[in-house]
Amino acid sequence: MTPRTLFEKVWDEHIVRPASADTPAILYIDLHLIHEVTSPQAFRDLRERGLKVRRPQRTVATMDHSTPTTPRGADGKIPVTDELAAKQIRFLEESCAEFGIELFALGSERQGIVHVIGPELGLTQPGMTIVCGDSHTSTHGAFGALAFGIGTSEVAHVLSTQCLLQQKPKTLAIEVDGTLRPGVTAKDIILAVIARIGIGGGTGQVIEYRGSAIRALSMEERMTVCNMSIEGGARAGLIAPDDTTFQYLADRPRAPKGADWDKAVAKWRTLPTDEGATFDRTERFDAASLEPMITYGTNPGMGIPISARIPEPNGTSGQKALQYMGLKAGEPILGRPIDVVFIGSCTNSRMSDLREAAKLLKGRKVASTVRVMVVPGSQQIKKQAEAEGLDRVFREAGAEWREAGCSMCIAMNGDQLQPGQYAVSTSNRNFEGRQGAGGRTFLASPLTAAASAVQGKVADARELL
Amino acid sequence: MEPIKKFTSKTVVIPIENVDTDQIIPARFLKVTSKVGIGEKLFCDWRYDASGTPKPDFVLNKPEAKGAQILVAGDNFGCGSSREHAPWALVDFGFRAVVSTTIADIFRNNSLKNGLLPVMVSPAFHARLMAAPGAAVTVDLESQTITAPDGTSETFPVDSFARYCLLNGIDELGFLMKQEEAIAAFEVRR
Repeated sequence: MTPRTLFEKVWDEHIVRPASADTPAILYIDLHLIHEVTSPQAFRDLRERGLKVRRPQRTVATMDHSTPTTPRGADGKIPVTDELAAKQIRFLEESCAEFGIELFALGSERQGIVHVIGPELGLTQPGMTIVCGDSHTSTHGAFGALAFGIGTSEVAHVLSTQCLLQQKPKTLAIEVDGTLRPGVTAKDIILAVIARIGIGGGTGQVIEYRGSAIRALSMEERMTVCNMSIEGGARAGLIAPDDTTFQYLADRPRAPKGADWDKAVAKWRTLPTDEGATFDRTERFDAASLEPMITYGTNPGMGIPISARIPEPNGTSGQKALQYMGLKAGEPILGRPIDVVFIGSCTNSRMSDLREAAKLLKGRKVASTVRVMVVPGSQQIKKQAEAEGLDRVFREAGAEWREAGCSMCIAMNGDQLQPGQYAVSTSNRNFEGRQGAGGRTFLASPLTAAASAVQGKVADARELL
Repeated sequence: MEPIKKFTSKTVVIPIENVDTDQIIPARFLKVTSKVGIGEKLFCDWRYDASGTPKPDFVLNKPEAKGAQILVAGDNFGCGSSREHAPWALVDFGFRAVVSTTIADIFRNNSLKNGLLPVMVSPAFHARLMAAPGAAVTVDLESQTITAPDGTSETFPVDSFARYCLLNGIDELGFLMKQEEAIAAFEVRR
């Protein structure tokens, strides 16, 4: 048999009908995740056409994008004061009830960012096809699943047929070998990758992250890497499943059990790319040469090592970016005063992220000029962090400890920057206004964010470790 | 969905690369459950100041933008989030085609489902269109060609099935629904 890549194996396994001269391939979708913001018009579409949800048990819903992260009231409920958000939340509740879809609603024990709860529940499994009306669906590729973001029309397609029409993408191998130096993290790997390939460098391609530095990462770190595949233009990014993957999944509530588990693992072990399989393109990185990375511009490809100076702008868009950011070429980025630190998002809101940040903040105070928000990715993470006393570490340092959700990553729920403010953020996008109209974002790792919180300016965490 | 066959329109040029979907429609306007009226928020933060007053120097606020159906923008248009609100807003505003050298994958997919034609052209042809805002450009989906006012033209790629759907104003869901037998057979054989 011809050697195949991980992507090709998952793709082949899900072809309902191969592509013809006139039609794209029909791809079967194993798991469909939905949230309140990109699903309402799809449910409307189904109602208008009188369609049913074909396999309700293959769709799982939660609320994360527009939900508040403010503390619960005396009644134990999270108050939703934004009328439009409240309407969207009700719309999702009603739609899930009508179509028989499982919902982890606001306030429930399992609510959280859609890309955090899927893996946490064990819904996300190797070899699956997974989609969601959200571009960071690439996160689930960390398990060796083919996972990508779709639009609302396609949400309706999956709800009503469990299938999508797809053009087969090309393959891009990102090989990262060697050992990361202390203070350099998974976030720094992916920021360095995007800085090299560019924000559109992966367009039309599916990435497989490979090499010894990738294999050495924990599942949470792998999710951070795969999460930002879309910021390099690639819709999906995969990592071969291995013992790290299986250990993470074992005993998760929705993972297979008993004999089914053994059977599943045996199958998952056949997924990694075969010896001799070829990729359309390969890019190589040396992990040992990476530094902590930070962005200085208005797209995630505009990243530099934290000790570097801001480069000369590239064309009018580059000039526009520096003007928006209020920065000049040739200046160092280290030492830039900041107003806000945001630790959270589907990129960096998991236990390991919070532990790293807490380790650095323990016994220290955040600068008096800086607002620091720590937003756990899910209610389960919130509970676990509180059991470990991390909430106390954050509070004693002067940071806010919030309810779970997307929060200031997308700034839909009132958690946002004020015009002109600078933030060091562990999220995934630094587009103009992304974290609030006029706000200015430096993307970095949780370690860099925590160090910057303490110093009140962009800081190198390695000096505080 | 309105079928697209062939149309001629003046262009609007946004000479910026990597225009992301957060610029096309900021996230705070995604708290809706329908698509109605979303064009009002198109490029909101570039179009209006903090008080909601139109910025006179932004191209969509200029009188010459009125009625334009073709948007010409810098490389890698539509990168970022999967929000279909971006093509909804462009279509609601009146655009029927977006022209660039490269167009991001999810945005391109979403556009094709909403009667907004993504047209990818060579850097040389693109540079000519960028240098001539307001030029009358013809887009012909049947022959997959785009023609500049000087008569020069170029073919552009479109997936054949999406082209068929756009030409006939039909949507992909109808086609998928007819695949019931193949889908059911797939579910059984797994």
